[in-house]
Formats: sequence, C-alpha cells, structure tokens
Amino acid sequence: MSLVLDNISHTVNGESFLSNINLTLESGSFNVLLGRTLAGKTTLMRLIAGLDKSTEGKVILHGKDLTDVKIQERNVSMVYQQFVNYPNLTVRENIASPLRIAKVKGSEIAKRVQETAAILQIEPFLDRFPLELSGGQQQRTSMARALVKDASIILFDEPLVNLDYKLREELRSELRGLFKERNAIAIYATTEPHEAMALGGNTTLLHEGRVIQSGAATHIYRHPDTMEAASLYSEPTINLIKGRVTDSGVSLENRVHFAMRAELEGLPNGDYMFGVLPSHIGLAPNNDDDLELNMTVELAEISGSETYMHVHNAHFELIIQLNGIHDYHTEVPVKVYLPTHKLFVFDLTGKTIQVPSSIQKGAS
Amino acid sequence: MDYSMRKKLGLALYIVFLFIPIYWLVIMSFKGTEEILGGLTLWPHDFTFDNYHTIFTDSTWYMGYVNSMIYVSMNMAITLVVALPAAYAFSRYRFIGDTHLFFWLLSNRMAPPAVFLLPFFQLYSSVGLFDTHIAVALAHCLFTVPLAVWILEGFMSGVPREVDETAYIDGYSFPKFFLRIFLPMIRSGIGVTAFFCFMFSWVELLFARTLTSVDAKPIAAIMTRTVGAAGIDWGLLAAAGVLTIIPGVLVIWFVRNHVAKGFALGRV
Repeated sequence: MSLVLDNISHTVNGESFLSNINLTLESGSFNVLLGRTLAGKTTLMRLIAGLDKSTEGKVILHGKDLTDVKIQERNVSMVYQQFVNYPNLTVRENIASPLRIAKVKGSEIAKRVQETAAILQIEPFLDRFPLELSGGQQQRTSMARALVKDASIILFDEPLVNLDYKLREELRSELRGLFKERNAIAIYATTEPHEAMALGGNTTLLHEGRVIQSGAATHIYRHPDTMEAASLYSEPTINLIKGRVTDSGVSLENRVHFAMRAELEGLPNGDYMFGVLPSHIGLAPNNDDDLELNMTVELAEISGSETYMHVHNAHFELIIQLNGIHDYHTEVPVKVYLPTHKLFVFDLTGKTIQVPSSIQKGAS
Repeated sequence: MDYSMRKKLGLALYIVFLFIPIYWLVIMSFKGTEEILGGLTLWPHDFTFDNYHTIFTDSTWYMGYVNSMIYVSMNMAITLVVALPAAYAFSRYRFIGDTHLFFWLLSNRMAPPAVFLLPFFQLYSSVGLFDTHIAVALAHCLFTVPLAVWILEGFMSGVPREVDETAYIDGYSFPKFFLRIFLPMIRSGIGVTAFFCFMFSWVELLFARTLTSVDAKPIAAIMTRTVGAAGIDWGLLAAAGVLTIIPGVLVIWFVRNHVAKGFALGRV
C-alpha cells in the first residue's frame, strides 16, 4: 500500500515546474518535502491532490492510477499555508463539512467532530465562526477539517508559516503525534531545514523541480549525496570554499595552506570544493590544527539563542553559528578558527566525496 | 464655536438643503390643486389624502406600480441568474479574449440607451413581445447584466481560489460548492448587485415607456399623463412621486451596509 509518483513532469507555458519526479511514499509514513520557494513543493502537492494535472507521469495510489480520478473521489485532504475555512459556517460545520458531503450519519458526525476538535484543542470555539478566531485557531480548524475524514493522503502545504513562533513549535510537536495511529500518507512541505529535522520522517529535498535526495531526515544530514543537498539541508547554509589538494598539502582559495591530514588522506591531487558547517567554526581554537583566519565582521544576527555571524576578508566569506547571544559591531576584526578535520569534500561536479566522521557518527 | 460644532452645523445645513425638493414633493402631495397654485405655503393648510386615495383606488394608477414591480423583479432575477456564472468564469478562469470580453461588456454601458430603442421596438413588435413585462425586463438586462458582472466579479475575486479547491477536496461537487459555500460568501455582492439592478430598472423611463402601451405600462409613464382637460393635476403627480420614492428608500435601507462594502471594493 503506497503512493507512487511515476516519472512526473509538469510544464506550464513552456516553463518547467517539475521534472522527472520518482518517489514512493508508504502508507502510515510521514513525509517531508523540503525545498526553497519555487522548488515545486506546492506544484507537486496540487498534482497529488488532483487540483492540477501533470503534463507527464502518473500518480498511483495503492496500485490504482489516479490520473483520471476526480478530486472529489481521490480521498485526499489538504491544509494550505493561508488559513482556508468557510467563513459562513461555524467551526463545527466547517469540520463536519467533508463528512456531511460524504453522507455520514448525523450521530457519527457529531462524535468525530468532537474527537477531532478535542485533539486540536478547539472544542471551546466550535460554535464560533472562523473569522472570529485567532490565526492559530483558524489553522487548527482547517487542520481538523483535513483530519476528520479518513483520507488516504493528507497534504500540508507549509501550514505553520503564518503562525507565530511559539504556536508553530507547539503545533509542530502535536502534528507528529496525530499521525502515529493513522494509516494515511502524510506529506508536509516546508522551506525550513530545522522544521524538516524536527518533524523527522522521510525527507525529500526538492530544488528547482528536481528531487535532490530522498531518505530519512538524519540520513540526509549525515550523508548528503551532493553539495546541493548539503547546502539545502543546513541552516545557516554550509560554507563552501574552493580548494586544491597537492603533494604538499591542501590550499584554500590559493591563499591558506595546511598540511595533509589523516582525514583527507587518499584524496587524489586536484581541485575540490570544501564545505564547513557554520556551527563548526569558532572564535576560539578547539583543536591544534584549527586554521586561524583574520576576518572582519559584516553582520551579526541573533536567531533564538544563537548568533549567526557573517564575516569576510579579501578571499573568504563565511557564516559562523555561535551559541548564545553575542553583540558584535560591524567592521570589527575577528580571528576565526576553521577546523580542518571537519571538512566536507565535494568534487567539482558537486558530488559528495567525503563527510566529516563526526557528522557521520551522529554528533554535530 | 469650535471646529466640530461648525462641521456639524455645515453638514446639517447641507442635508436640509438636499431635503428641500423631497419635502416640497411630500407637502404638495397633501395639498389640493388650488393651494398648490394659489401661493407659497410652507406646509399644507388644507391637509388632504385625496391624491393618495385616487392612486390607490384607480386601477390605471395602481397597476402602474404593479407593472413596474413585476418587470423590476423579473429583471433582477434574470440579471442575477445570468451574471453569477459569467462573473464566476471571469474571476476564476483564464480563456482567450477574457479581458477583452470583460471590457466589451462594460462598454455596452457607454452607448446611449436611445440607440437601442428602435431595434428593440421593432424586434419586440415582430415577435409579439410588445407591451409585456418580460419585454421591458429583457431590454433592461442589456444594461444591468454588464454592471452586475462587473460588480460580482469584484466580490468573487475577493474570495481566495483556495476556498474553491478546499471544497473540491472536501468532496463538494461544483454545483453544491457554488450554492452552499460560494454564494453565501458573496451575499453582500449579490445584495449590492440586486440593488443596482433595482435602481436602474425602477427609474428607467425611455425603454419602459416605449416598449409598453397598456398591459405593462410602468408608473413613470403613467405619471407623464396627468395632463388632463383641467390642466396638470399637481397634487396627484406629487403623491405618485412620493410613492415612487418609497420602494427605493426601503431597498436602500436593507442594503446600506452592503453598499458601503461594495464601495470599499471599488467596483460600484
């Protein structure tokens, strides 16, 4: 029992939105589509829901081709980024509407509406109208409507984007729980690697209409197939530095040299791209072989309890992720320490050659 | 006097000024012809209901109101039935020439009604529609349908497309969605549209008079016939005028909030 996307391509007015998507999503699984805006997440969801028809390829659910099945008969539900409810119906009737249209018995409807509302904690608002509720409650209402019917596929298109930070975390942690006992295929689109990681499950990286990598959330983090996957799956984005391996050692941007080390042994001489995670760079040396670089602070932004510092010098531009809150004035010189034993190595076509052992083992 | 007091006084004077003709019409309707022609009186000295009595008892008078109401209701119904699907298509689908067609609809309003008078008269005479209520209603549709499509399209475009999609995903078929979800969402728009149809059709004189003779004669046309052997019956005419205003006042009272919303949407 599964949802198979068979070689799906979608082109509108000569512009390609999706190309050659092949995915298999199992029943009872929680799937995250991660990608930036314009990656094709929404397009893919609309194709699965039947709101649009793909120019090529098939959507196959439980062995049945859905291509010519109408939306009404696909048994999917969907939650949008905007809070979409029927403003002229009460919250109770909003939630009940898919059941009413499916001609479920009245007593059964009342029971299921009550249950779903209880899970999403909107019981006190059942007799109000959606526009009288806060954004979070409105979104809960539309989630309840999506969950109340036993849909085989439940689509979430960035449902938490328009909510405030605290509410987002709260709903996110509830979401996984909602799917524990269900046998539905949940698909959740997000632009944030953090969110994908927090939700776990199967993650598919989408970029410009292509699948970059697909697999368990932690697997992609530990074993990105390509430079693209590594940079899409890191937040803040992984620092990429051009480098060259020669007999005498490694040089970065032809400026900074360090001796060949055990981790990088075995790399043939040649040009590479090296990647280093922002969280691995520090302002104090951690290790004897850290590379000291003199940089200038460009910007220090505080995100939650972390500080993202953008530094640059004539040859490098780096982002550093620091724990805690730090105030730095711009244009201040700083020394940063790049750990040479925690480098990702990519070849020039973007294929991953090596991932630092500390990441592979699970510690970041 | 402070600023807000002066503002209120100015507004009050303006409203009084606006109401002078209506006041004059109302007091005239309670006067006899001698008093009206006799000299300036600011209120009826010789108060009489005779004028109203004549209108409510003489079938040539009151049938004018009935006829007007019949074709106005017909026009509102036809306009909404035709304009709702059209406006939905314009707001939701892209098709070849949609913007041109939309503009062309509106450009119908730019032609002077008199231009269409002769063709309508000739056409209706030859197909036997002359002097029927439906004739006037259909002729008025030429003007009300484009306006209705224009207004409704504005309201419909205010409803996010996601609502349509959510309804389909929930399992609604198109007709069910349209009647049970969509129409209630744009009921202000429907109210405003019906109001504008009413306003047009109720006061329109040229078509209504030309396309009817006896059976469907509207009140506005009857009012032009008060010139008798004894001259013009001013009091009767004034009473008929007052009665003509009343339905408009009632309709405006019911849709006043919706009209404000329509103005806010910029389509009225």
